Amino acid sequence: MGNTLSILHRFTGIALALGLPALACFVMALANGADSYQQAQRLFVSPFGILCLIAWSFAFFYHLLNGIRHLFWDIGLGFERRARTLSGWTVVGGSLALTLGLWTWLWLSDRL
Amino acid sequence: MSLRSPLRRVLGLGSAKDGVGHWWAERVTSVALVPLTLWFGIALLALPAYDYDTVRAFLAAPMHGLLAVLLVAVMASHSDLGTRVIVEDYVHAPLLKVSLLLLLRFAYVLIAGAAIFAILRIVFGPSPA
Repeated sequence: MGNTLSILHRFTGIALALGLPALACFVMALANGADSYQQAQRLFVSPFGILCLIAWSFAFFYHLLNGIRHLFWDIGLGFERRARTLSGWTVVGGSLALTLGLWTWLWLSDRL
Repeated sequence: MSLRSPLRRVLGLGSAKDGVGHWWAERVTSVALVPLTLWFGIALLALPAYDYDTVRAFLAAPMHGLLAVLLVAVMASHSDLGTRVIVEDYVHAPLLKVSLLLLLRFAYVLIAGAAIFAILRIVFGPSPA
């Protein structure tokens, strides 16, 4: 399990790095005025855009939680087998739950 | 046994003291990104709507603009540090490796520069009526 979670940290990191140009395009469109903002917005709420946003939100939650797990390891905490397994499943369950919760909330609050 | 070269030993020089520099920078940026990303995410979710006026007014507030600039800068730096290690781990052909690292660094500076420039235009630009 450890090696799978580790490679997932890299994959989610790469996915988030690919999100940077998207974020840059978003703020550039926002700076360019209402028309270009609406164009960007249409792209982001297209089926492909939503799919990317869902993937990015999962990548963010996973990278955040697993990153915190790594920071605890860096200060020497949580190396025991039991703690490693528990924190690993917390990261997997937590990132899935947060992604699901976020999009359910977005959908229920009529923001999509 | 010492790993220092004879010349270094005779000159009394130790390591260049930057052996953990990359590792440490990655940790520092990751710690900074926890509050920055959570602030940005929660602040966006707290907006009543995502129309042009609302989102622009949000980012135009000086404190929000400052935090957004810091967020972009630290994210680009952290991504650069992280993807650099991935390239170093998996790409071994010297020319390809150096080209990729150079390309990545240029791309991050360009992307971060463009995003920060856009945020500054929003903060300092004329507020849309």
